[in-house]
Amino acid sequence: MSIINLLKIAFRALKRNKLRAFLTMLGIIIGVAAVIAMMAIGEGSKQSIRSSLSGMGSNMITIMPQSNEPGGVRLQGSSIQTLKLEDITAIKKLQSKNINGLSPVVSTNGQAIKGGYNWPTTITGVSPDYLNIRQLKLQDGILFSENDVKSFAKVCLLGKTVIDNLFPDGSNPIGQIIRFKNIPFQVIGVLVPKGQSNFGQDQDDIILAPYTTVQKRITATNYLQSIYASATTEASSAAATTEISEAIRESHRLTTAETDDFQVRTQAELISTISSTSSMLTVLLTAIAGISLFIGGIGIMNIMYVSVTERTREIGLRMSIGARGQDVLMQFLIEAILISITGGIIGVVLGVSSAYLISYFLNWPILIAESSIIISFVVCAITGVFFGYYPAKKASNLDPIDALRYE
Amino acid sequence: MEQKILDIHDLKREFVMGDQTVRALKGITFDIKAGEFVTIMGSSGSGKTTLLNILGCLDKPTEGSYLLDGVDVKSLNRDELAGLRNTKIGFVFQAYNLLPRTSALENVELPLFYNKTITAEERKERAIKSLESVKLAERFDHTPSQLSGGQQQRVAIARALVNHPVMILADEATGNLDTRTSYEIMALMQELNAEGKTIVFVTHEPDIAAFSTRTIMLRDGKIQKDSINQNQRSAKEALANLPESDDY
Repeated sequence: MSIINLLKIAFRALKRNKLRAFLTMLGIIIGVAAVIAMMAIGEGSKQSIRSSLSGMGSNMITIMPQSNEPGGVRLQGSSIQTLKLEDITAIKKLQSKNINGLSPVVSTNGQAIKGGYNWPTTITGVSPDYLNIRQLKLQDGILFSENDVKSFAKVCLLGKTVIDNLFPDGSNPIGQIIRFKNIPFQVIGVLVPKGQSNFGQDQDDIILAPYTTVQKRITATNYLQSIYASATTEASSAAATTEISEAIRESHRLTTAETDDFQVRTQAELISTISSTSSMLTVLLTAIAGISLFIGGIGIMNIMYVSVTERTREIGLRMSIGARGQDVLMQFLIEAILISITGGIIGVVLGVSSAYLISYFLNWPILIAESSIIISFVVCAITGVFFGYYPAKKASNLDPIDALRYE
Repeated sequence: MEQKILDIHDLKREFVMGDQTVRALKGITFDIKAGEFVTIMGSSGSGKTTLLNILGCLDKPTEGSYLLDGVDVKSLNRDELAGLRNTKIGFVFQAYNLLPRTSALENVELPLFYNKTITAEERKERAIKSLESVKLAERFDHTPSQLSGGQQQRVAIARALVNHPVMILADEATGNLDTRTSYEIMALMQELNAEGKTIVFVTHEPDIAAFSTRTIMLRDGKIQKDSINQNQRSAKEALANLPESDDY
């Protein structure tokens, strides 16, 4: 018997008992819809954590000083003066393909003053790469150049919070002179506001200036608070980390016996830590949804047994006019698969639309992965085969003589 | 020499029930030639049903041989028996056994679904032809519940004819019908027989047996009598002689 005819027979059998077929499907529908909606929410929250973290800087690598003295008084990282500009040169010398941005960071707190207004803030001395590393953008004006770095130029870029406090009248800050610790800086650019960071920090309360200017004119130091770098891709950040570590160890002349006097942290580590929590949640939700799919499968098995019993005479007739065991097996198997796949299709539609409804009304981030649709669909088909097989096998093993006379 | 459709020799069938063996058929020998209209009669317990099951290839004999159209049934497995039933036998049951909520045409087509050599167009064509031969061509889209008992049985006969079997095997085919309709069915059977169809009709009603050309009487698992019916009754005449309406 051809597959089309088998499908026709199965379809007719289901049509005969529309409500029963629907109720049987319901288990599968709810299971699949739950799997898809749960996975969409789980993946969505993972994605949103990922993107908000990479908003802080894409594939960012942070190099911080750290004491390598095992004994004695442990000092806070910022007061250790091991990172130097030579380290930057050493890393630059690598000309690594894995690193596409590098900037020293020298910062100090102080009072910024403009006319009658003043504001306590931080000035951060960086190289032009810093903007790309931290994903900062210019709203207006220009970025300082390598020449400005070389010539200790007294130019700066301002964040929105600083502008709001120094220019409350809304006048254009570009071209104006502000003073920081009595050093005059010309404002040459304005940064696009970034808002709060994930940890509640105001990311717009900043002044950026060439690091040479800050080192020479304000802090009068030659060490760096930290070094920021960015890896070319997320995948290359591990390789970049190793290269940077080796370069700094060499420039610090550390022997193999000595531990690092600095630490290298990547964005990827942070992301994986945070997203592992949400992965666990996804697994949990999916497991629950999977159980409901399993129960749906048992429902199919149950109704298929009922159907086989109800149609014993029909089976007997089919056998007496030439149906082989295999034909009967296929007939009931196809019916079970039709139930589960139809349920699967409805479930996918329901799952996808409920995921969108959730994101629309609750503003939760969602991400519908194609894989989740494919997986739940395949699981459905397997469920149909698995739970449909035993009832179908029972039907195909019936003795036609008994089946024909079954009351 | 006429062709033997059925050739049965010393057929025995035993059932093991717990620790005792029930001998339902105790050695039966007969043959049926093409074009015969044979009724098999016997009271309940005579082995009639067991014989019918074996003739219909639903069951296999314990001993003895059964050749159906030259094929030795005993040597076949389950699937091969199914194939034989599909191509050589047309079943007609007492309870019609039509698929509910399925049109007459599709019911008639059913055996051909299990025959891979037949195309969809051929299937439909043969089903319509078959329905025409039982005079139901105009009702091919009716479902069984929209048909009378006699009409349902005619659909069943059309279904039995559709695969051009060597033999029609009827099991109490008139058992659920009133006299008039029974006679109508028998008239149809006689017509088919006149066209050359071999018919084996199992019944326990003597007046039905009178329409056949030969009667085999079973008793206690053996053949009691195997006689040619010298004066076969015409079902058409019997139908004409029935009172117009005997309900009042």
